[in-house]
Amino acid sequence: MKDPSLLALTLAQARDGLARKSFSARELARAYNEAVSEIEPLNAYITPTPERALAMAEATDQRLARDEALPLDGIPIAVKDLYCTKGVLTTAASHILDGFHPPYESTVTDKLWQSGAVMLGKANLDEFAMGSSNTTSYYGPVENPWRHRPERQIGDNRPLVPGGSSGGSAAAVAARAALAATGTDTGGSIRQPASFCGIVGLKPTYGRCSRWGVVAYASSLDHPGPMTRTVRDAAILLRAMSGHDPRDSTSAPVAVPNFEAALTGDIRGLRIGIPREYRADGMSGEIETLWQQGVEWLRAAGAEPVDISLPMTKYALPTYYIIAPAEASSNLARYDGVRFGLRVEGNSLDEMYELTRAAGFGAEVRRRVLIGTYVLSAGYYDAYYLKAQRVRTLITRDFVTAFERVDCILAPTAPSAAFAIGEKTDDPIAMYLNDVFTVPPSLAGLPAISVPAGLSGDGLPLGLQIIGRAFDEETVLRAAEVLESAAQFRHLPSFVAGGGR
Amino acid sequence: MALDKATVAQIAALARIRLSEAELEPLADELLHILTWMEQLNEVDTSGVAPMASVAATGLPMREDLVTDRSCRDEILANAPRTARGFFVVPKVVE
Repeated sequence: MKDPSLLALTLAQARDGLARKSFSARELARAYNEAVSEIEPLNAYITPTPERALAMAEATDQRLARDEALPLDGIPIAVKDLYCTKGVLTTAASHILDGFHPPYESTVTDKLWQSGAVMLGKANLDEFAMGSSNTTSYYGPVENPWRHRPERQIGDNRPLVPGGSSGGSAAAVAARAALAATGTDTGGSIRQPASFCGIVGLKPTYGRCSRWGVVAYASSLDHPGPMTRTVRDAAILLRAMSGHDPRDSTSAPVAVPNFEAALTGDIRGLRIGIPREYRADGMSGEIETLWQQGVEWLRAAGAEPVDISLPMTKYALPTYYIIAPAEASSNLARYDGVRFGLRVEGNSLDEMYELTRAAGFGAEVRRRVLIGTYVLSAGYYDAYYLKAQRVRTLITRDFVTAFERVDCILAPTAPSAAFAIGEKTDDPIAMYLNDVFTVPPSLAGLPAISVPAGLSGDGLPLGLQIIGRAFDEETVLRAAEVLESAAQFRHLPSFVAGGGR
Repeated sequence: MALDKATVAQIAALARIRLSEAELEPLADELLHILTWMEQLNEVDTSGVAPMASVAATGLPMREDLVTDRSCRDEILANAPRTARGFFVVPKVVE
C-alpha cells in the first residue's frame, strides 16, 4: 500500500497515530520501505533493510495489540552507517571495511531497538565521517533532495550536496524516506547537513549519548545525536538515545530528563547571547539577515538578546583540524587488513598494511591520517598538537565566560546554503570553512541544535543554531521550539517520496 | 617551514600508507597548504594554559577487573580476511 499521508507525519504524530491504532506499524513500515526505494536516485542509503523493518514492525503491532507500547514503538528510523549494527553490513562509507558485519550492536542503536524503533537501513555518509558534503563516500555522493528554484536553474541545475558527514541521514529525513535518523557530529556533521536539507539536527552534550559501537573518528569530539523533522521529534529521539554507558569511559553518569516536557514554549526572560565574532568575513547577506530575524523572533517571545564576545572563534577551525586528524590517525590504525575488512596481500606484514591502507582509504581520509601523523610525530607534537589542545582550553573558556551572562547562544549554522556536488573539492580548506560556526561548540562539547529558519534567494533551506550549557539540552530545545514556531518553515524539497520530483 | 617529498614519504611510512612516487609532490603541496593555514594558532598566547585532552569532567572510571564478555572467538574471526584453526593469518614475520 502507498499512503503519502503516512510519510508526511512527524515522529510525534506517528507515535500518537500508532497508539490510537489509526494505522499499524506494518503499514507505516511498508510505506517507508517503498519510500526508501523511491529515493534511490539520491543515494541516501548504503544498505536498506526492508525485511528487518517489517519484522520489527510486526513485533510492534503485537505489543500494541497487548497495550504494551514502548516509547518509540513502530517509528521507522535510518541509521548512519557509522553505528555498528549486529549482523548488518557496517561500512563507515569506506572501502577498507568491505564486508564487515559487526558481531555486536552499538549502545545507541540497541537503546533505539529496545524502545521499539524500526530500522529502515544504513544511511550514507562521508568516509569515516570526514567531510562536509557527503562526497567522500566510497559508495558515491549523496544528492540533496532540494534544488535551486526553477527560475534560478538557468545554466546551473547541478545536483546539490546534502552537507556532511551525516548527509544520507539528512537527505532521507528531508525526502520523507525516514521518519528520523541517527547522525554523528564531530565538527558539525549533524547540524550542517540538517541546515542544508531543511531539517532539525541536535548535537547533544559530549557524554550524553554513548559512543560505544560507533566507528571512531576523533574520540574526544565524536557525538551521536538525532536528526528529525521537528524540535519535538528531536527531544523524543534524544531521550531514547541517551544514558550512561559503562562501556564508554567518557559517557556521563547523569540522569536523562524527559526532554519533551521541557518544550513549554515559554522563554520569557531567557538571555540569548549573540556572538559578535560570528559575523565572519564573507558571510552572505541573507544569512546575516536571517540571523537578525532569529534575534527578533526570540525577542518577540520575551527573550532578552545580549551581545557577547567569543574572542577565540577564529582559531577554532585550525584547532579542530589539528586535533581531529591527530585522533583519527590513531583511531584508524586499527584498519590493517588482519581482523576485518579489506586486505591487499603483500610479501611482508608491513607491505600488507601499506597496500591495504593505500587501497582502502579515500583521498580525504588519507589526507587527514597523514596530517594527524605529522602533528603527532616527534619534533612537531608540541608545535601543533599541544598548541591546539591549549587553544582548545581557551575556546572552552570563552563559552564558560559567556554562559555567566547568558542562558544560550544564537548563531547561524553554516556560512552558506547547500552548494553543488563537485564544488569546493579543489581546496580542502574551502571545504573546512563550512564548519566555521559548528566547530567551536564541538570543541567545547556543548549541546547545539540546528533549526530550519528560512530559504535562501535560490530557494534553499538555511538553519539557525542554538548553543547551550553542558547538559542543558532542555533550554536549547525549549528555545529551538520557539524559534521553529516563529519561523513556520513549511517548505518541502523538490523531491520527496510519495510526491514525485 | 618546508615540507618536501622526503618528509611526506616518511609520514606515509609512519602511517603505513603506500604512496607512489607521483603522489608525493602534490601531497607535499597540499599538506603544506593546510599546515601553513594552521600556523595562525601561533598568534595565540597560550603560556600557562593547560592543554585540553577531553571535555569530560571526570577522570577515567574504575571497574572490577572481571571478564564481562562470553567466548565469541568464532564470531570475531568471521570478519577476518584470512583465518586458520581459530587464528588470524598474517604474512610470515619471523625468518
